[in-house]
Amino acid sequence: MTHPNDPPPGMVEKRGAGLWLSHVIMIIGVLIVFFPIWLAFVASTVTQPEIVSPPMPLLPGDQFWNNYREALFAGVNVPVATMLVNSLVMAIGIAVGKIVISLLSAFAIVYFKFPGKMVFFWLIFLTLMLPVEVRIVPTYEVIAGFGMLNSYGGLILPLIASATATFLFRQFYMTVPDELAEAARVDGASPMRFFWDILFPMSRTNIAALFVILFIYGWNQYLWPLLITTDPSMNTIVMGIKQMFPSGDDTANWPVIMATSILAMIPPIIVVISMQKLFIRGLVDSEK
Amino acid sequence: MVARMSLGAADMEKRVTFKGWILPLCLIAPQVLVSAIFFFYPAGQAIWQSLFIPDPFGLSMQYVGLGNFEYLLSDPYYRTSFLTTAIFSTLVTLCSMIPALFLAVVADRLIKGAGVYRTMLIWPYAVAPAIAGVLWLFMFNTRVGVVSWYLGQFGYDWNHVLNGGEAMGLVVVASAWGRISYNFLFFFAALQAIPKSVIEAAAIDGARFWKRFWTIVLPLLSPTTFFLLVVNIVYAFFETFGVIHTITSGGPQQSTTILVYKVFSDGFVGQDLGSSAAQSVILLFVVGALTIFQFKFIERRVHY
Repeated sequence: MTHPNDPPPGMVEKRGAGLWLSHVIMIIGVLIVFFPIWLAFVASTVTQPEIVSPPMPLLPGDQFWNNYREALFAGVNVPVATMLVNSLVMAIGIAVGKIVISLLSAFAIVYFKFPGKMVFFWLIFLTLMLPVEVRIVPTYEVIAGFGMLNSYGGLILPLIASATATFLFRQFYMTVPDELAEAARVDGASPMRFFWDILFPMSRTNIAALFVILFIYGWNQYLWPLLITTDPSMNTIVMGIKQMFPSGDDTANWPVIMATSILAMIPPIIVVISMQKLFIRGLVDSEK
Repeated sequence: MVARMSLGAADMEKRVTFKGWILPLCLIAPQVLVSAIFFFYPAGQAIWQSLFIPDPFGLSMQYVGLGNFEYLLSDPYYRTSFLTTAIFSTLVTLCSMIPALFLAVVADRLIKGAGVYRTMLIWPYAVAPAIAGVLWLFMFNTRVGVVSWYLGQFGYDWNHVLNGGEAMGLVVVASAWGRISYNFLFFFAALQAIPKSVIEAAAIDGARFWKRFWTIVLPLLSPTTFFLLVVNIVYAFFETFGVIHTITSGGPQQSTTILVYKVFSDGFVGQDLGSSAAQSVILLFVVGALTIFQFKFIERRVHY
């Protein structure tokens, strides 16, 4: 962002050597940060013997299709394609579920007066404070009690129970001009009509930004799926990778494991890169 | 995620509100139900269970009051885990914030290309901690790892399976890696928001780059830095479970068993529910303290 009354650039920025040095530093930085991903990609395109006799090559081999086909359709315990579907259902379920219940409850909190409102408000507020990692044992017991182990409901519902999105929408609704609700009321529109025709369309950008963040949050969950999916066909890809390592001294099937790691990264990376502007906006809005 | 909010009663609701109370209760019901069943009930259970110990057969629970807490606080393993967590979260925070700040400062000096570098640097943020663990484990694997092999060529025998210090180093780097992206985004946005004229003025007064950095840029970045400090500590405390579970499983000799990992290993592996619940309650207070700390800071940030 440049400010309108800034002096022309060039006074502070170094030219020549200094500028080149900055580019060199950035390129080295990017290369170092990127190296682990590159190495995983290379490992996913070579054969097992090439990996187990170190050092492994640093440039891709010709086994790309073989390794990815084996990972996707055979896997180690379960085809990776199955795990990808599970992860997708879980990530979208968490994102959509949290957005829907938050849109509605924030609407109730901001646009209505009703008995017990402050109590509900503080109850919801308290859920901001406790990540699922802290209450795993009792939450596990609740899910087991409902018979929801190895189910999508069990994967999704406990992770929806947090108020971050509610507060985000509440903040947003507070910035919506009062005149809009007033006009709707004068015109005799019902509250839900106002919600659907005015509030919801206005929230679209916020919803999209939040979706990106929640999708990644859901996709990257590890501990919770690890606990409640004992059936390999319900494993998500992020937690399933660890299960692909053999117990004991057997050598891991590295090409397939690394192909799976790459497959596990692709959806969130696509979401982040393609929605970069929204994502950064969502991040800065929701966390700052 | 922590949303910024003001909780004053004055801006609790709109001046213009709709009538009726059945509809709003229906609207708020899904969130209240989900919170009650999957949050309050389990959290209450954690507090309740922390006051009991199960008998050896797991058939009944015996009330012990604060016995679990007393036992934990005198348990050398638990104290060690506290210390491990402190070291781990400090290192993760430093190792992710310092490189991020450095890269952001360099990127901020570029007029062209900064956006491209930013796009490239975002990638690791999208990588799950558990996947990051697998990637770093692969690089440092004692048998096939590329980095450990080259270290061996230089005469350094890397073995994080046996060496606690190396294990700690590896989980710290793997945990910090993805956070560099995150911190970079915030530092870069904050740097871009500093009016260039402020920097130019200092440059005209003859302040060199480092002098400008220490006396002008860094103080202006302090709200962002402070915010990131808290967020990264919370991350290191709670979200690094995947890294530790994939790389070290808390070993060797518990040298990488942070508090969250211990809740898991005592509760699910060791089946010591009372102790695990008591540990959850202690963590609950840690999160509470961090949250309050954060809100206080955010209040200040608004006045800044």
